[in-house]
Amino acid sequence: MKAIVTVIGKDTVGIIANVCSLLAQNGVNVLDISQTVMREYFTMIMLVETAGCKVDFAALADILRKDGQEHGLDIRIQREDIFEAMHRI
Amino acid sequence: MITTSEILETIEMISQQHLDIRTITMGVSLRDCGHPDVKLCCDKIYGKITRRAERLVKTGEDIEREFGIPIVNKRVSVTPIAIACEACETEDYVPFAETLDRAAKTVGVNFIGGFSALVQKGFTQGDRKLIRAIPEALAVTERVCSSVNVGSTRAGINMDAVALMGQTVIKTAEISQGQGCAKLVVFCNAVEDNPFMAGAFHGVGEPECVINVGVSGPGVVHSALKKCAGQPLNVAAEVIKKTAFRVTRMGELVAQEASRRLGVPFGIVDLSLAPTPAVGDSVADILEELGLESVGAPGTTAALAMLNDAVKKGGVMASSNVGGLSGAFIPVSEDAGMIRAAAAGRLTIEKLEAMTCVCSVGLDMIALPGDTTAETVSAIIADEAAIGMINQKTTAVRVIPVPGKTVGDFVDFGGLLGRAPVMGVNPASPAVFIHRGGRIPAPINSLKN
Repeated sequence: MKAIVTVIGKDTVGIIANVCSLLAQNGVNVLDISQTVMREYFTMIMLVETAGCKVDFAALADILRKDGQEHGLDIRIQREDIFEAMHRI
Repeated sequence: MITTSEILETIEMISQQHLDIRTITMGVSLRDCGHPDVKLCCDKIYGKITRRAERLVKTGEDIEREFGIPIVNKRVSVTPIAIACEACETEDYVPFAETLDRAAKTVGVNFIGGFSALVQKGFTQGDRKLIRAIPEALAVTERVCSSVNVGSTRAGINMDAVALMGQTVIKTAEISQGQGCAKLVVFCNAVEDNPFMAGAFHGVGEPECVINVGVSGPGVVHSALKKCAGQPLNVAAEVIKKTAFRVTRMGELVAQEASRRLGVPFGIVDLSLAPTPAVGDSVADILEELGLESVGAPGTTAALAMLNDAVKKGGVMASSNVGGLSGAFIPVSEDAGMIRAAAAGRLTIEKLEAMTCVCSVGLDMIALPGDTTAETVSAIIADEAAIGMINQKTTAVRVIPVPGKTVGDFVDFGGLLGRAPVMGVNPASPAVFIHRGGRIPAPINSLKN
């Protein structure tokens, strides 16, 4: 299942490395990354494949959310379908 | 691939503009639960609801996590109890309400709708027993919602039922300090597939079990409108349409997913703008964004008519099946902007009544003075039912006479039900009119003027 990971927050050193290693530890494959810093806000969007994920989706979402809170970031993972449904006919 | 800005737009709608799925409501038929013995009948009802809705809350929570979209309420609606339990040899229908309440608690839903009767043309014995039980049923249960349909475009208005419901509202208020009235709706042209409480019930034309979803998003529409400030109203209508389309697409996705996981057919998406007391989740704010100093000002009805129509136009294409109430809700106590306007004396019951001619539902969550008479409540119901009957639309009344309170006092209903200022009612008496009883005949549907 494809999912979108969004990471939004204040820019600091090592955000990408940290999120990528968390995903790797849980068996999630990163397919695409786009990243930008708008004003001082860091915004990263990743397309990932969760088929090989070692934990269930809800647990993965919790791991990412908690890690985000520790680093002052808003990290979400959502199934790709919701964005498709909302923005494509 | 979806673009970055589209992804961020969706995230912003959810995190800052209160976009959510307001409810996933499972409709369950109780037509096979009738039995002359009260206890056996209650056991059958409890067994069927808890079996059918066993996985409803868990499934809702799973979808919520995977899609990252809040699903605020999970609910159950059932066949009107006056129909389902009519074969039961009992005068007291309160045990059925207690059974529904128990089943709701077991499956973990916050409301269960269907302690209802449809009496637009007359009463059966079961209908009378059910209406008699409403005040106590709503006082002794926590999650049960009740509704009574007193009129329709095809049948006219049952004025005996209107008189009875005025008394029932007053009695319900007396024994529950007003709280019970927040769970009691009097309808004209009630719909059979409405997922929103307190008026949800599982109509007789519905299948065995069905999933209906109610979407919301006043905050999203408000934010979108801010970007076209000062432009002509047709531009604003287009913005509302596009926003409603997106919101409804999300509702459709969740509805299809819930239906698939639960193995229950998908019924409808109800594309309503349902406000909550939270700041930024208000229908009144949308109307004010369109250029009114306050909701209730002259122009409010026109603005609301445009909003309601644009929401429907946008939503209809986004879902395979649209139904329920579909439109803008204007519950006073559940909308921060409405509360503000009512407290400032800028929004009156008479203006709200005019607004109900062009939007979904009716006079909703309005606190009335404690000395309001049953006849006045009945007459308010009759006025609202007449609007529904003549205009071939659903209208409803959910008013709360609050014992001991007068105009200007504030009443807190708690949680999603919000808080409201007690609003003034015209003191002239409609008693003689209401005591005439009988029926208002069904209206003619031509010679429209």
